[in-house]
Amino acid sequence: MSEQREFICVTCPVGCSIQAEVDGDVLIALQGQACQRGEAFVREELTAPRRMLTTTVRVTGGRLPLVPVRSNVPVPKALMFEIARALREVELTAPVADHETVLADALGSGVDIVTSRGMEAV
Amino acid sequence: MKTLTCDVLVIGCGPAGLAAAYEAKQHGAQHVLLLERNDELGGILQQCIHTGFGVREFGEDLSGPEYAWRWIDRVRDANLEVLSETMVLSVDRSRRVVATSKALGLIEILPRALVLAMGCRERPRGALAIPGSRPAGVYTAGTAQRLVNMEGYMPGERYVILGSGDIGMIMARRLTLEGAEVAAMCEILPYISGLRRNLVQCIRDFDIPLHLCTTVIDVRGRDRVESVVVSGVDERWRPVAGTEREIPCDTLLLSVGLIPENELTRMAGASIDPITGGPFVDEGYATDVPGIYAAGNVVHVYDLVDDVSEAARIAGRSAGRYVSQAPRESGDVVRLKAGANVRAVVPQSLHVSALEEGPVVLQFRVRQPVEAPVRAEVRLGDRVLVSRRYRYVRPAEMVALTLQPRIAGELGDASELTVHVLE
Repeated sequence: MSEQREFICVTCPVGCSIQAEVDGDVLIALQGQACQRGEAFVREELTAPRRMLTTTVRVTGGRLPLVPVRSNVPVPKALMFEIARALREVELTAPVADHETVLADALGSGVDIVTSRGMEAV
Repeated sequence: MKTLTCDVLVIGCGPAGLAAAYEAKQHGAQHVLLLERNDELGGILQQCIHTGFGVREFGEDLSGPEYAWRWIDRVRDANLEVLSETMVLSVDRSRRVVATSKALGLIEILPRALVLAMGCRERPRGALAIPGSRPAGVYTAGTAQRLVNMEGYMPGERYVILGSGDIGMIMARRLTLEGAEVAAMCEILPYISGLRRNLVQCIRDFDIPLHLCTTVIDVRGRDRVESVVVSGVDERWRPVAGTEREIPCDTLLLSVGLIPENELTRMAGASIDPITGGPFVDEGYATDVPGIYAAGNVVHVYDLVDDVSEAARIAGRSAGRYVSQAPRESGDVVRLKAGANVRAVVPQSLHVSALEEGPVVLQFRVRQPVEAPVRAEVRLGDRVLVSRRYRYVRPAEMVALTLQPRIAGELGDASELTVHVLE
């Protein structure tokens, strides 16, 4: 039994409204996406949605007490809170390099969490 | 007082200032000097730790700091001179700039061209006329963002967010991820004022209650916010009696719009467009004071940093050419005016000679959203010179419309073009 569902693609800032005909988690047809990433987004939303995760971790001895971190690719949406919680336990010591891995294979997701700027020591 | 000279001086080292300075150097300015108030470059990007930056500029989904550092590296590699921890106190029509610098004390700078890149600031509570006492716990969303993302403080435990701008939505997600509760987001308009992707990934993903056509009518608490009273509003934004509801919270965040930061622009004597809040500019982002250019959010507030960089490049290019090329007759000028369902058009004026040399992108916002196909038209009197279709238009999403050089031949001695958005 198919139904119409609307998705707003979050892949880029355009935010296309995509009208999709779906049957459970199976995509039957869609329209409204400005590029092909829209279809990939809807397929993923139906089966295993993922989001980019950004947060901060503590750093001691740096110019700032925190350094921003990000997932190198989107993480499973269901794991966002758990990964954020795990990152609260991480503490780095300055200096910290940009794109340094702070949590490898976060909770077995296959995704690495990396710094998104460097932090010089003071 | 020490006096410095340079070809192009750029005030502000956010994304606009960095791009303008870099581009000025590429287009003839030998000595480019940048001034920054903060102790590091990058401006507000350093606290915008979320991703979504750079898709157009770098073809990658970068965080704010990543986007900033890419540009800081470009500026470093181009050997531009930077004075940080330096705040400009005044600018005049002759481009004399007075600043205080941690390294140099009180200084005077006499540049041959000046690029204003001070960005924008958040609309504060005082501009909103929310009644109630003045307890601790009321912040703009951007202030909270700096506290949480850079300084390591949580401003509160239970939040109400007024306004649905992008920073507010992004903070709703951020605070929730950090273990706080966002009890409500209230938006006075019948639609969100930020990007739709943020509605999905910041509000719906985290089940944050979003109340449209709703505003805060009272802030309660003496020393600290204890609750806010929200109310539904009618189509003229007046509270509707009987719809009031008290929401317990310890913190109220305001995400109710950004205002171009133009105190220095006014001091320099540049005319300000009352609709955009930024200076009147031509297609090269020149203000109406010779040799003074405006880059990025000082002109009007953009949705995306990639667009800020792009506009700032044009301003920097203009400044570079101003100091390296012989002055030339600018020729006929055409004004660009807002027509049906258009708020204001940037640039506000266009030299026909510049259009003959290359395309000019017009940027504007609509007044009312239309969730159906529309066409945007550029008209000379009743004659349609350009018509382009859009799938929808929303006030939160700036519209860009390109004028091609072939239009120049049709302008004749026109003094004004109007831009309309029609269903």
